[in-house]
Amino acid sequence: MKAVITVVGKDTVGILAKVAGVCAEANVNVEEVTQSILAGTFAMIMVVDISNCAVPFDQLQQQLAKAGEEKGVDVKTTRQELYDAMHHI
Amino acid sequence: MLDTKDILETIRMISDENLDVRTVTMGISLLDCADENPRRACEKIYEKIITRARKLVPVAEEISAAYGVPIVNKRISVTPIAMLLAGCKDPDPVEFAKTLDAAAKEVGVNFVGGFSALVQKGFSAGDRLLIESIPEALAQTELVCSSINIGSTKAGINMDAVAMMGPIVRRAAEITADRNCIGPAKLVVFCNAPEDNPFMAGAFHGPGEPDCEIHVGVSGPGAVRAALAKQAGGMDLGQVAELIKRTAFKITRMGQLVGSLVSERLGVPFGIVDLSLAPTPAPGDSVANVLEAMGLESCGCCGTTAALALLNDAVKKGGVMASNFVGGLSGAFIPVSEDAGMISAVQCGSLSIEKLEAMTAVCSVGIDMVILPGDTPAEVISALIADEAAIGMVNSKTTAVRVIPAIGKEKGEILNFGGLLGWGPVMEINRFSPKEFVARGGRIPAPLQSLKN
Repeated sequence: MKAVITVVGKDTVGILAKVAGVCAEANVNVEEVTQSILAGTFAMIMVVDISNCAVPFDQLQQQLAKAGEEKGVDVKTTRQELYDAMHHI
Repeated sequence: MLDTKDILETIRMISDENLDVRTVTMGISLLDCADENPRRACEKIYEKIITRARKLVPVAEEISAAYGVPIVNKRISVTPIAMLLAGCKDPDPVEFAKTLDAAAKEVGVNFVGGFSALVQKGFSAGDRLLIESIPEALAQTELVCSSINIGSTKAGINMDAVAMMGPIVRRAAEITADRNCIGPAKLVVFCNAPEDNPFMAGAFHGPGEPDCEIHVGVSGPGAVRAALAKQAGGMDLGQVAELIKRTAFKITRMGQLVGSLVSERLGVPFGIVDLSLAPTPAPGDSVANVLEAMGLESCGCCGTTAALALLNDAVKKGGVMASNFVGGLSGAFIPVSEDAGMISAVQCGSLSIEKLEAMTAVCSVGIDMVILPGDTPAEVISALIADEAAIGMVNSKTTAVRVIPAIGKEKGEILNFGGLLGWGPVMEINRFSPKEFVARGGRIPAPLQSLKN
């Protein structure tokens, strides 16, 4: 079971570490990370495995959003099936 | 494999282009609630809706949050109430409407549809009673929607019912004049009404449907318009159709996923996905703007019907591939007050009722959310209903009329409903009298289905 974490906002030190830290605490494995910085805007997409997640999914969403708020970035976590459904036959 | 580009495209469609699931609608059969005692029937109806739909809103919200897909409306459609009135002794239909309203409020849905009667060939017990009570029922409830099917390709058009509906629409507006004439905004008159439609105000749960099921209506004019604006430069119309198909596919897959998840969690069978482009008053989320993105200066100009025919067909072709079961109204909607582009087209003089009528020959539904002058005679409304029904009957398609006489207002003035129902300018309508034609009543025979010209 996988989820996609998207992070968008102003680039600062330690965003990746902060988000990855929340994942590690919840026993969520980070499988893939893509990030880019366009004109100072930080955009990161993480694909994570939530099969062994220690907390309920809505709680993970809240924890990640809160971590994002602390760093001044917008963090959204959604289940991955939507992207598969829309872009693969 | 997940592709970053695909993920970003989905996020952009949802956050910037207003892509959403417009409605998750639970269809509930009330046939087993029939009772000779009307009070007992209402108790059974309330009980059944509460039992079946209790978890609908929380489950839809949970899925919306987990998958990042906005689900704008949660709704219920029920068996046409006229069928239940038929077996009651001295029923008051307004009490049934109030029961539906109370049940809808209890489970937290946005609307409940099914204060309906199917009279395409004639009236049976309960039908006339229900129709006559519509203005009162819509005035005394908030969430109840009503629909009447007055014609079909197989039965013809019941002109007695058509003659009844003009005055009913007017009366519904008159007694809600202090609330922006909201009554008729919740009333649709159909020809060839689908029995599994998840969209309001025309949703009802047909007698051929199972006891309970989940339907999904998708949206997405904003996403189609954005795709055309970004990628259609230099394309011929064959390529434009292909681009629309691809976008419709993605939109519909989202609806299919959400529908199957909701149905699985609730343990209720999945009915259909309604492949519709349903606009909202939000800027850019407009079917008129999609047509304009194809190269029309303003929706309503010559070429609009052709562009709409292409759009409607491409949406269906793209959507059919994306979904297991397709039904409902499926196609592009062209309501006026719910579509910012349509409103602009009316205000600049480009779009008239006559052009809207022509457009309904090639797209989903019909004369929808059109605001008429407050002094429009009832027989003109009846005749407009007959015209629309004739287009549906002859072309074997669904057509409908949802017009709002703006009591006390004249051409150009604004009527504002707020929310998804939007706002719009009063449109002029032909005032030459069809009174004698409408008063004839009877039935227009069903059309020949061969020798098509």
